[in-house]
Amino acid sequence: MIEFINVSKIYPDGHQAVKDISFTVKEGEIFVLIGPSGCGKTTTLKIINRLIEPTSGRILIQEMDINNYNPIVLRRNIGYVIQEIGLFPHLTVGENIGLVPHLKKWTKTDKKKRISDLLKMIGLEPDIFINKYPMQLSGGQKQRIGVARALAADPQIVLMDEPFGALDPITKEQLQDEFLKLQRKLQKTVVFVTHDIMEAIKLGDRLAIMRNGTTVQIDSPVNIINNSADDFVRRFLGEHRFQTDGNTIRMEKTITK
Amino acid sequence: MINFFNFFKDRLSEIALLTLEHIELTAMAVGLAIIIGVPLGILLTRYKKLSAMVLGIASIIQTIPSLALLGFMVPLFGIGTKPAIVALFLYALLPIVRNTFTGVEGVEPTLIEAGIGMGMTNFQLLYMVELPLALPVIMAGIRTSTVINVGITTLCALIGAGGLGQLIFRGISMVNANMILAGAVPAALLALFLDFLLGQMEKLLSQKN
Repeated sequence: MIEFINVSKIYPDGHQAVKDISFTVKEGEIFVLIGPSGCGKTTTLKIINRLIEPTSGRILIQEMDINNYNPIVLRRNIGYVIQEIGLFPHLTVGENIGLVPHLKKWTKTDKKKRISDLLKMIGLEPDIFINKYPMQLSGGQKQRIGVARALAADPQIVLMDEPFGALDPITKEQLQDEFLKLQRKLQKTVVFVTHDIMEAIKLGDRLAIMRNGTTVQIDSPVNIINNSADDFVRRFLGEHRFQTDGNTIRMEKTITK
Repeated sequence: MINFFNFFKDRLSEIALLTLEHIELTAMAVGLAIIIGVPLGILLTRYKKLSAMVLGIASIIQTIPSLALLGFMVPLFGIGTKPAIVALFLYALLPIVRNTFTGVEGVEPTLIEAGIGMGMTNFQLLYMVELPLALPVIMAGIRTSTVINVGITTLCALIGAGGLGQLIFRGISMVNANMILAGAVPAALLALFLDFLLGQMEKLLSQKN
């Protein structure tokens, strides 16, 4: 579905954010990019919807080079949930969710129906929420709407950049569960950036662990825990003790602080 | 005091006419400054190298004493409304250009990125995200320009443009306090009223954000 072939990104100041990475994201999976801050995970994500142009290498989406797509059209067909949510404060909840359908010139009735369906899907009563402004909402509600907005035009691919990063632990867990439930139904191809290993293991079908712009290991959570590629990966998993049992993972938080 | 009210009543139609003239001059100049200044401010956010130069020139104009600027206009445009409007326009320009520039520049980068990432064109980004979010700041610039202009318009009577300044200057030369006040009081009230009105609009716009 999404294929990175020897992709590098060097910024004009000489900083090499991404170094010769290659991987393939399969259709319908949640692919998590994870690593410490500055490892290049967000840069990698933004290369997919051409917010950042790579210095070298090729990226294919459905076997076509992304440079062959018009960037505007490409972006309208890829859902995007960003850090700090990025809801527009001057637009209502309905207008925020309906933004991409609006850009794609859907009819008013189609837009309205879609907005109302999406609000129901994320568990918010349309009549109550459609005309509210973002500042009238809680963090969890805003984040749900951020996800709904990304799904509005029913894109096959969804990019998520630390979408649950700013939430309190209880809300975070709740939203992760909802997101997994949703994904089971929708089967989107999701590229998900996080620095939280717990979140990565919980949500990811496959993880790409990144360090200094390269991928250290790409595998399923179970395999990464059982066969860590190197000390860096072990240390990264380290704060938590994971136990695998067939395909299920149990976790015990070690209290070392 | 009673004297003043009687004077005011007797000259009501003249005062009203001059007030209208005053408003007209200010509105023309500010209107022109909005039409030119807002697009110019937007342009500067796209070509940031130009911004220091353009804002520099605008603030030099702003620094020229208003009476001197009006003086410069006379050899260029003669006397009457035309030189007055040009001078007032030049004064109104800086606050509007500068506030448009800072307002658009001040829009949160995450929101810009969200817009681009969702597939907005440059133009859509401008009118759907940047301008609405910058509007309170732009409005503040328009308010500043308007209040400055109401003040400077009183001086425009000196180059034959009319307005409430006419009563003030005539009053000074005739040593007639009532006539001075008949021009000064409405001019002051006009400035205060417009400041209040535009301030309320500004507040309304920023509440939404």
